[in-house]
Amino acid sequence: MKFKKIAAAVGALALAGSLAACGGGDDTGSDAGGDKIKIGIKFDQPGLGFKEADGSYSGFDVDMATYIAEGLGYEEDQIEFVEAVSANRETFLKDGTVDMILATYSITDERKAEVDFAGPYYVAGQDILVAADNTDITGPKTLDGKKLCSVTGSTPAENIKENYSKGVQLQEFDTYSKCITAIEGGQLDAMTTDDIILAGYAQQDPGKFKIVGAPFSEENYGVGLPKGSEDRDKINDLIEQSFEDGAWEKAFNDNLGESGYELPEPPTVDRY
Amino acid sequence: MDLISESGSAILTSFGLTLRLAFFSGIFSLLLGVVLATFRVSPVPVLRWVGAAVVYTLRNTPLTLVMFFTLFGLSYQLGVSFDKELLYRNNFWLAVLALSVYTSTFVCEVLRSGINTVPLGQAEAARAIGLTFTQNLRLIVLPQALRSVINPLASVLIAMTKNTTVAVTIGVTTATFVNEASGQMKALMERNSDQILLIFIIFAAGFMILTLPIGFIAGWASKRFAVIR
Repeated sequence: MKFKKIAAAVGALALAGSLAACGGGDDTGSDAGGDKIKIGIKFDQPGLGFKEADGSYSGFDVDMATYIAEGLGYEEDQIEFVEAVSANRETFLKDGTVDMILATYSITDERKAEVDFAGPYYVAGQDILVAADNTDITGPKTLDGKKLCSVTGSTPAENIKENYSKGVQLQEFDTYSKCITAIEGGQLDAMTTDDIILAGYAQQDPGKFKIVGAPFSEENYGVGLPKGSEDRDKINDLIEQSFEDGAWEKAFNDNLGESGYELPEPPTVDRY
Repeated sequence: MDLISESGSAILTSFGLTLRLAFFSGIFSLLLGVVLATFRVSPVPVLRWVGAAVVYTLRNTPLTLVMFFTLFGLSYQLGVSFDKELLYRNNFWLAVLALSVYTSTFVCEVLRSGINTVPLGQAEAARAIGLTFTQNLRLIVLPQALRSVINPLASVLIAMTKNTTVAVTIGVTTATFVNEASGQMKALMERNSDQILLIFIIFAAGFMILTLPIGFIAGWASKRFAVIR
């Protein structure tokens, strides 16, 4: 019985997916009120996109996604969050697994060729997180002889080694949480990735860590949409609206306010 | 085929690292496995208990946990370090340690089943001519036991070679920070999300190139060295 139910559910999902795909762009707007909106977020990034133990979702990306979905006419219970890991974001948008993605998704020219972007709704930059009492690491050039942590396959750590501190030692883990554990224990000195992601980890243990605060790259986080989406202009309007009515600031402060990281100025939406 | 021209050498380097992990872990796990098996069949009860305790603990613990423990428990908490200065060297040998002790328990059990295939008369005859326990094991029992378990030992070694991928848990890299195969695969997929299938195939093929010879050699050797009774 159970299997049949699951099979039926899978079938229904597949059908819904294919219908949505057939409909293309022309049923946007009209599906508000009835259908659900599926939004891809990260499930494992505290302060940005995080699935709590009780199954609820929290984070800056989650709050922004909720704001945008509500602006598009969806009720809160019509929003379905789907886990989008970095490697499958383009695929999810193309095959209709999700309707939009807010998952620390940087706008790049390569990605623009495959999907559309609204926003940016946040400008992040690569930065360094250290223990709160660390004073000798002040930027990417001060890492010679230090032990720097990052996740497997990420470019930020390589960027530092190649362009700033050649004598840095890299430790790679499969998750940032392990980096945090090792920095807390004093076995590693620093961790690097986008500042807002670092802020999410600093927020978990306020006072234990600090972010050096000298971003040395620019990542424009955008809302990923399927190519040719008709909602793009409306989402751009909503993002600008969130800058003005305080929703953007509130989303940041609710999720990252205690991280010790200052909220930067809102970015300018790029209507390309 | 941009992937090959861009990342081909990195893929080769990463498999080189995997091969080094497998090579050292293979040697140490075989040696340690023999020691454990000796413990488990020895006439001294304490040694038997120690052998059994090690085997039952490690064989029933997930390798990821053992691997994680070597870095976060052994190295970070207890201060055991193979290289105080160079992180990548420390991580490499910690991974070898985890793989060796974990695999040695399987080697031990395979050997013990091999020892059971040696007819009792062999050990009795050896004792009758005055050989000590170690001489008995070394000259009479183990040579016959080893020859009868070449194939199952090869399976253990093949599993171990594939288990080197768990080293990604503690971030094992080369001096130039190239990951071992599974970390390298993850990195490539992150950067080339449109070629995931190709990347899968390359890495699956890479592991087959590493492990197939083990099976072939074992098949040949088990015939060549079979104990004729």
